[in-house]
Amino acid sequence: MTGREVAVVGVGESELGVTGCSIYQLQTQAARAALEDAGLRMSDVDGLATAGVERFSATAMAEYWGMRPAWVSSTMEGGSSFELMVGAGVDAIRSGRCRVVLISYGSNQRSAASRRLRGMVQPHTPADQYEAPYGVLSPLSLYAMAAQRHFHEYGTTGEQLAEVAAAAREWALLNPKAYRYGAGPITVDDVLSSPMISSPLHLLDCCLVVDGGGAVVLTSLDRARDLPKPPVRVLGCGQSVTHITMAQAPDLTRTGAVESGAAAFAEAGIGPEDVDAAEIYDSFTITVLLTLEALGFCGRGEGGPFVEGGRTRPGGAFPMNTNGGGLSYCHPGMYGVLLLVEAVRQLRGEAGDRQVPDPEIVLAHGTGGVLSSHGTVILGVDR
Amino acid sequence: MTLVTSPEAREWWEAAKNRRLLVQSCRTCGHRQHYPRALCLRCGGVDLGWVEASGGGTIYSFTHSHRSPDPAAFEPPYTIAIVTLDEGPRLLTTVTGPGIRCDARVRLEWRAAEGGQNLPIFATEPEEG
Repeated sequence: MTGREVAVVGVGESELGVTGCSIYQLQTQAARAALEDAGLRMSDVDGLATAGVERFSATAMAEYWGMRPAWVSSTMEGGSSFELMVGAGVDAIRSGRCRVVLISYGSNQRSAASRRLRGMVQPHTPADQYEAPYGVLSPLSLYAMAAQRHFHEYGTTGEQLAEVAAAAREWALLNPKAYRYGAGPITVDDVLSSPMISSPLHLLDCCLVVDGGGAVVLTSLDRARDLPKPPVRVLGCGQSVTHITMAQAPDLTRTGAVESGAAAFAEAGIGPEDVDAAEIYDSFTITVLLTLEALGFCGRGEGGPFVEGGRTRPGGAFPMNTNGGGLSYCHPGMYGVLLLVEAVRQLRGEAGDRQVPDPEIVLAHGTGGVLSSHGTVILGVDR
Repeated sequence: MTLVTSPEAREWWEAAKNRRLLVQSCRTCGHRQHYPRALCLRCGGVDLGWVEASGGGTIYSFTHSHRSPDPAAFEPPYTIAIVTLDEGPRLLTTVTGPGIRCDARVRLEWRAAEGGQNLPIFATEPEEG
């Protein structure tokens, strides 16, 4: 079976925060860091997956780097793109289409001031025709409505959402690369007294808007065992899409992570109880509660009580978003690649002050669009 | 704001001009859907017509937005909501009036838009008792 197994062999970040760099520079920093971590070179890469550069993202980066990859993927599914690329990359390596896949991302949205409140709704879409005329903010409005519905159906409170942000900050204080490293802790009351942005979400329920990039290198487990760092095995992947237009969301409190998670757990042959740490997309605090429920870490509607009592904070029973998350570490528009970077560092024991004690299995879950697109990746140590 | 009108929704927008809210209806299986599409989401049929919405619905969810993509057009705070029509389909809209909450009853109203067009909006109904 090992002949068909694929491993993550390298991870890296670009400069994060306010960088003044171009997308291409940030991509290059991230890719070089991940390849150096893997003990490989640009010339070893024959599969390339990236998004958010332009319409032909993988081709654009191949040109910039002088590559002629045998396999490319420009799958653009927002924040979940990179979890989907792991699944596609595993398939490409297993089927022999390529041997070394580089998954990379870079965004200079903060330096370039390219983020718009309205979002990136394209003019020919149903969202533009039926929803933009009401002044929707994409993605913010949809997440706010999901939170409102969750409050209504399950009695979830603003305090419970705020705990997600407060816990993320505790982790960020342990991560020197976090944007809020050194910013001091925040309390539940701090979140609730921050300005209301889109009820019931306050400013501190919303992720950072900063530059950043990351990269991940995949190859076969057999080859991985000859490389310098211990391999991190890809145990299972799953994906799901449900809608892209806000009013088409089939259920605001049950996301497609139900299906992506079930597929990933089935492939890995494990269940939620086997996961030692989770890196959960936190575009907004509500995203985390919905995803924890959908993945089966708690029951439907139980996300609020689940995170109470510091369960997800450093030292808690359920280590989550251990880099500080999109809320306090880095959110470069499409954050999913950095979930994978952190999951791998935790499994290798490289996470410094924020290291979880000896994790064997870490789950990363990316969410794209307006709770639209979901990718779950389960990673494990090689033993 | 200039409205976008796709060919499959021409009749929907024409009706809206006359303050009539249409719901696309499948002549084969009776399924009702919004937004208008080139096929029925239930049976896959392409023989599609329209029914006029009764104008009643309930708030599925809502948010009071304190940020605006265009403050001249949408002065904060303003409300964004998803309403479930009594006919079944949901649409994104705005709701006015007191007592905005999930599952509250709403009635159809109209807001004048550019070029003689109208946008369906909703208002809360007075609470009983």
